[in-house]
Amino acid sequence: MSNIATPATATGSVHHGAGHNYLNHAKSLKSWLLTLDHKRIGLMYLVTVSLAFLAGGILALLVRAELIAPGQTIMDAQTYNQIFSLHGIIMVFAFIIPSIPAVMGNFALPMHLGAKDVAFPRLNLASYYIYVLGIAIALAAMLVGNVDTGWTFYTPYSKSVGDSVLLLTFGVFVAGFSSILTGLNFIVTVHKMRAPGLTWNRLPLFVWSIYATSIVQVLATPVIGITMLLLFLERLMGIGIFDPALGGDPVLFQHFFWFYSHPAVYIMILPAFGVISELMATFSRRPVMGYKFVALSSVAIAFLGFLVWGHHMFVSGQSAVSSIIFSLLTYLIGIPTGIKVINWVGTMYKGSVWLRTPMLYALAFLFLFSIGGFTGIMLGVLAVDVHLHDTYFVVAHFHYVMMGGTVIAALGGLHYWWPKMTGKMYNETLGRIGVGLIFVGFNLTFFTQFILGSQGMPRRYYDYLPEFASLHALSTYGSWILAAGLFLVAAYLIASLFRGEKAPANPWGAATLEWTNATSPPDPHNFVRTPIVTRGPYDYHLARELFGNGAGDGDGAAPVPEVRDTTHQSS
Amino acid sequence: MASTTATAHADTHREAHHPPHLQHHFVSSEQQFDAAKMGMWLFLITEILLFSGMFVAYTVYRVWHPEVFVRSAELLDWRLGGLNTLVLLASSFTVALGIHYIQNGDRKGLVVNLILTLLFAATFMVVKYFEYTGKFAHGIFPGEHFHPHEGYEQYNIPYAPQFFSIYFVMTGIHGFHVLVGMGIFVWITLRALKGHFSSEYYTPVELSGLYWHLVDIIWIFLFPLLYLI
Repeated sequence: MSNIATPATATGSVHHGAGHNYLNHAKSLKSWLLTLDHKRIGLMYLVTVSLAFLAGGILALLVRAELIAPGQTIMDAQTYNQIFSLHGIIMVFAFIIPSIPAVMGNFALPMHLGAKDVAFPRLNLASYYIYVLGIAIALAAMLVGNVDTGWTFYTPYSKSVGDSVLLLTFGVFVAGFSSILTGLNFIVTVHKMRAPGLTWNRLPLFVWSIYATSIVQVLATPVIGITMLLLFLERLMGIGIFDPALGGDPVLFQHFFWFYSHPAVYIMILPAFGVISELMATFSRRPVMGYKFVALSSVAIAFLGFLVWGHHMFVSGQSAVSSIIFSLLTYLIGIPTGIKVINWVGTMYKGSVWLRTPMLYALAFLFLFSIGGFTGIMLGVLAVDVHLHDTYFVVAHFHYVMMGGTVIAALGGLHYWWPKMTGKMYNETLGRIGVGLIFVGFNLTFFTQFILGSQGMPRRYYDYLPEFASLHALSTYGSWILAAGLFLVAAYLIASLFRGEKAPANPWGAATLEWTNATSPPDPHNFVRTPIVTRGPYDYHLARELFGNGAGDGDGAAPVPEVRDTTHQSS
Repeated sequence: MASTTATAHADTHREAHHPPHLQHHFVSSEQQFDAAKMGMWLFLITEILLFSGMFVAYTVYRVWHPEVFVRSAELLDWRLGGLNTLVLLASSFTVALGIHYIQNGDRKGLVVNLILTLLFAATFMVVKYFEYTGKFAHGIFPGEHFHPHEGYEQYNIPYAPQFFSIYFVMTGIHGFHVLVGMGIFVWITLRALKGHFSSEYYTPVELSGLYWHLVDIIWIFLFPLLYLI
């Protein structure tokens, strides 16, 4: 921290004494559970999705441990099927879909807009409890039942196995409402709650990406709602829409399912793009190159995301014509995504790159997400996909995008906003070690799976041929390194709560509102005075309060240091 | 981002010009109303998308088995469906009238029209009840429980169960929405009787009216698709 101008003490709110902030202005359990404050709701989401991530991660370790050698190692085949299904369901529905939008979106978005709160605070709290209720139902179903359908619930199999599919689909249906309401809330917030002077061209890119994500959430999630409802009725009454035994069509289910679940992967990755844009700008000390392109490419991805669901079904028996069209449309997604990546790289070019932990995550993201994206294009090639469909190549691809993309960005964002959320600094040295472990472990775990998949190792298989053994073993070793890295991150972040240094209002010298005009942690109403915005989100040269006390007065701020010491400084 | 700040809206709850319905995080009643209205429209879009899955299923099965759909639709009584259409249209009209009255500050007119709306909605559900029980009596159930008897045996053709699954699921979800709407109107009526609404503040009335129009419009699509063609 010594390379930052010493911050003045936070002045806090004018209505209360110094040190008054959203964490300590009310301390009872009730004040947390019934809070309408978006920042507290964001933290509640953070705790919940972290628990979901822990559960899903342990299941992932179990799957990898089983696959360390051919044959039975630690569980039987039936258990294995259930474990990977639960891993998928928990990770997708309980962790990754709400991760960045619900945690950082709730925490940072209203502050990015200079608003006191989201447009509908009560609805926001309701979204949280609906989400908790949804996962509780799903979790109960998973614990009592024997769900081994994978996370996709394909019919007719999902109609014939354990009764808990009923409860599980209902749980997903309920959790979907949370996603819809969060998205709706954010769209209205972005449209109606912006501070004076905050035009659309002055929105931080994080806001743009959350906005695009919210559009996808609102337009796609109802479709999984009706799909799950129909599957529910199929189980309950045998309505025969999806069940071929009753004259239904299972491919129709796949169309319905992927009409949501492909846009859902953009719900997962778009917020990550937003976080990375923020990190790139802040730690390169430079406005994001091609701001409008990056902003509108989010919207373009959201739009195109609705047109490509068929690429999950190249071998499902849909017509060749639709497969060809879906393949072509899938290529188109590469264009806005490529625009983003090149703009991030361009932002670093001639920037003053400052390699703190969040930036290391951003760099890791660039590397991993590019691999994930390229392999996505490969899988979009019709002929190639017929060979690679349902192999480990697909598993590796979506883990590179979801974990190498979303989870890495979420970790980067968490480290970036941690001082703002908690008012404490974490240990920088451990932070860097954590990035290294996660990066190495991740690549070891999943790059081997590209090779496995291209050699023909099918996904979701319990056993495999002896020639795959060495790569599988490597992949398992990688998962242990990855787990060590993630546990290290959890450990030092929790430790920082008790022993961390007090964070200044703007430790990174960022130029968006939550850093320049609010204390760390912020006032219950975010800003002491509503900001009047007179510049863009990354106009560092115009932001005089970069290293100020964050109270929004904008004077008496220390000047931005000309030369930055980028060597390693432990906190 | 503020190089200058101003007291655009000081942060106290004790300001004299704050009307009681204005929540603290909004600057003005207009902003609050606009936000609420936009939120409601977005919610209605999600409702349409929820039904869209069913409309797609309807389209797919109709294209595959048009003759089955034409044949099975003979079992649906267009007179009852038509009556329900008129009833719902009338209820939409009374809601719109209620909103018109409260905009002019007439609380009595609002309450009268809300009660009329509730009566129409109840009529709709009663008709629906007779329709459903009439079907069940003849063994017309969705999906695998479809066993027509007592004069309906000739309708036991392949894929007829799919038609009736779609019929029951669509009208069922729609009927559920009508029931929810009735619950909302009971709540709005009680609030109106307590004098919560005025020409200054009638957001909940307007939003529940929007919801009700959507329920109405969905029925206007369901009726011809299921009963007439």
